[in-house]
Amino acid sequence: MKYIEEFRNAELAQGLSRAIAAAVDPQRIYRFMEFCGGHTHAIARYGVEDLLPTNVRMIHGPGCPVCVLPVGRVDEAVALATQHDVILCTYADLMRVPGTNYESLIKARSKGADVRMVYSTLDALKIAADNPEREVVFFAIGFETTTPPTASAIKQAQARGLKNFSVYCNHVLTPAAMRAILGAYTDEGAPNVILDGFVGPAHVSAVIGMRPYEEFTRDYKKPVVIAGFEPLDVMQAVLQLIRQSNEGRADVENEYARAVTLEGNLKAQALTAEVFDLRDSFEWRGLGAVPLSALQIRPEFAAFDAEKRFRVEVPNPKENKACACGEILRGEKTPTECKIFGTVCTPDNPMGACMVSSEGACAAHWTYGRFREAPPLEKSA
Amino acid sequence: MNAPLDKSLRKPKARALDLKQGRIDMSHGAGGRAMAQLIEELFVGQFDNAILNREHDAAMFELPPGRVVMSTDTFVVSPLFFPGGNIGSLAVHGTVNDLAMGGGVPKYLTAGFILEEGFPLSDLAEIVKSMAKAAREAGVAIVTGDTKVVERGKGDGIFINTAGVGVVPDGIEVCGDRARPGDIVLVSGTLGDHGVAVMSKRENLSFSTEILSDSQSLNDLVADMLASVPGMRVLRDPTRGGLAATLNEIAHQSGVGVELAEAAIPIRGEVKSACELLGLDPLYVANEGKLIAICPPENAERLLAVMQAHPKGREAAIVGHVLDDARCFVRMKTQLGGTRMVDWLAGEQLPRIC
Ligand code: SF4
Repeated sequence: MKYIEEFRNAELAQGLSRAIAAAVDPQRIYRFMEFCGGHTHAIARYGVEDLLPTNVRMIHGPGCPVCVLPVGRVDEAVALATQHDVILCTYADLMRVPGTNYESLIKARSKGADVRMVYSTLDALKIAADNPEREVVFFAIGFETTTPPTASAIKQAQARGLKNFSVYCNHVLTPAAMRAILGAYTDEGAPNVILDGFVGPAHVSAVIGMRPYEEFTRDYKKPVVIAGFEPLDVMQAVLQLIRQSNEGRADVENEYARAVTLEGNLKAQALTAEVFDLRDSFEWRGLGAVPLSALQIRPEFAAFDAEKRFRVEVPNPKENKACACGEILRGEKTPTECKIFGTVCTPDNPMGACMVSSEGACAAHWTYGRFREAPPLEKSA
Repeated sequence: MNAPLDKSLRKPKARALDLKQGRIDMSHGAGGRAMAQLIEELFVGQFDNAILNREHDAAMFELPPGRVVMSTDTFVVSPLFFPGGNIGSLAVHGTVNDLAMGGGVPKYLTAGFILEEGFPLSDLAEIVKSMAKAAREAGVAIVTGDTKVVERGKGDGIFINTAGVGVVPDGIEVCGDRARPGDIVLVSGTLGDHGVAVMSKRENLSFSTEILSDSQSLNDLVADMLASVPGMRVLRDPTRGGLAATLNEIAHQSGVGVELAEAAIPIRGEVKSACELLGLDPLYVANEGKLIAICPPENAERLLAVMQAHPKGREAAIVGHVLDDARCFVRMKTQLGGTRMVDWLAGEQLPRIC
């Protein structure tokens, strides 16, 4: 059964690959940004690049929540864990993100801080319920998909009277980041990144719907195709983007009809709006301060807001100078253009966030794709 | 088992070990009567062989002619009991397989136990019985051992170390540095079963069909393979780090590249779904009863047939070939027709899997 299905996938992929090759205009170069790290990972993991013509370039976007978290926020989390004696609950990836002077949560833990790896907000709630004498902070990160579970955790904590639970909120918004990328210009007035369209993440649209992308087709004339996370989904989206580009269209299209609607999940949106409101501005790694790009916990729920409950002072957050994560997250550089890619910086010894998360462009390229750049095969024997 | 056994200590036995309700206490490691009783009634009783029964501090034995292989491994798996095995059977299979992967015929094992105060004797008895059974099945004898007890909270129930010796017959030369471009890569069966069995128990995952660990000794399979293809080049059991880590090691030792065909790699559907749920890549998940074999291309079909004819290799498959590549990359043709690297594992995918 399984094998038949997979065989069909291979056939479908070859068919899509041929359709894409037939659709492209050989005279031009197509540059599409896959916004989301999940897509970056799928492209690398399945070798999708090999199935695309060379004049179709995929540019990795900033949709990796671990990657866009700025050093200052990492430093604050380390400070929370080390100075306030809290139990800091975090996803595995975040533990290894280097902050200022290579400090990280995993190092803090080896020095005695109580940092615990969780799989979900529910794990964190359980730790809070099991340790009533300790303060428990959940390190919340993620785009629109992970926001509703955090909102729900806060409401549950309130309903259950968990007074020792709070959230260090770092939830960020997809459209704001896309706007920041499209709105960035060089001193000469040229766009920083030349793009012909976006592959949008289906799971985000399952929550926010398709409407929020209309501004990009209307104001920036960039087509957006919302795609699932299977490699075939990505290829289908690329084909649709090529067709739109050829026809000079810029529409929001939905490759992933399965779960995405125009309006999205209204219930999840209502839950999010009840617990969170917009920050005036939020610092992103790579994008800098982006207005209205992140969420904060509403004053009604201030008791569950770690930023209100604990004073953390981090002196001077400093990015590693050699790390090109910023440019990579803006789509201006590829991982191999970073001087320390693969030499000093590897997944075993990450110098930047993009090498930590499996959704990060550097990690994906190192893990799955680096055989492409390395010197050609040498005859050894 | 290290302490000299004073026969007089044994005589006035108060009562037999309470293998139902009893628990390990500090005296079981103290060298006194309680320890002697534990050794006598449980270990010697179960492992039962002429060399051990002489109860010397050190085992004495003769080995058949050939080069001696030796290996040691320590087992800290959590949970101790998992679908398809327990820490005891695993401790025997692990070391037996290490010896077999050197082309050796495993002969004798040692067993060292670190027990935590309070550990139920019933669990210990079950573990020791599984060890004895696994050793019998593999045709090896556990000939000496040691027991230590640590205070409550200082261990995790039980840790086991096994070491083993075996003999490599003349003419057999299997080693990780012998893979050559053009060679064929085979696996003896489905991958990822052990790691997923342990993880699903740990994470309390339930599946329609339970995934069993593949923990088993492979020396009989290896014997058949070597008898048919004595020129086999490499044998390895892909334990921690799975197929991916093991192939990367071989590629580096041999100074070659490897290309796998994703569609050819046998992985159970349940294991795939569990991996998806747990965020794991089955190529990196541990196996305890599978092997990777690399042989010259002209022997590949014969070797495959021999493996598939053996009950422990029924699902054996050719999964790739060795390439000339000075960078020693392991890569894979994906099911979609693209290519990707299968890199070393970064960091720790699954702690305490064996
Ligand atoms: S290779 Fe490492 S240092 Fe360079 S940009 Fe990527 S994460 Fe940063």
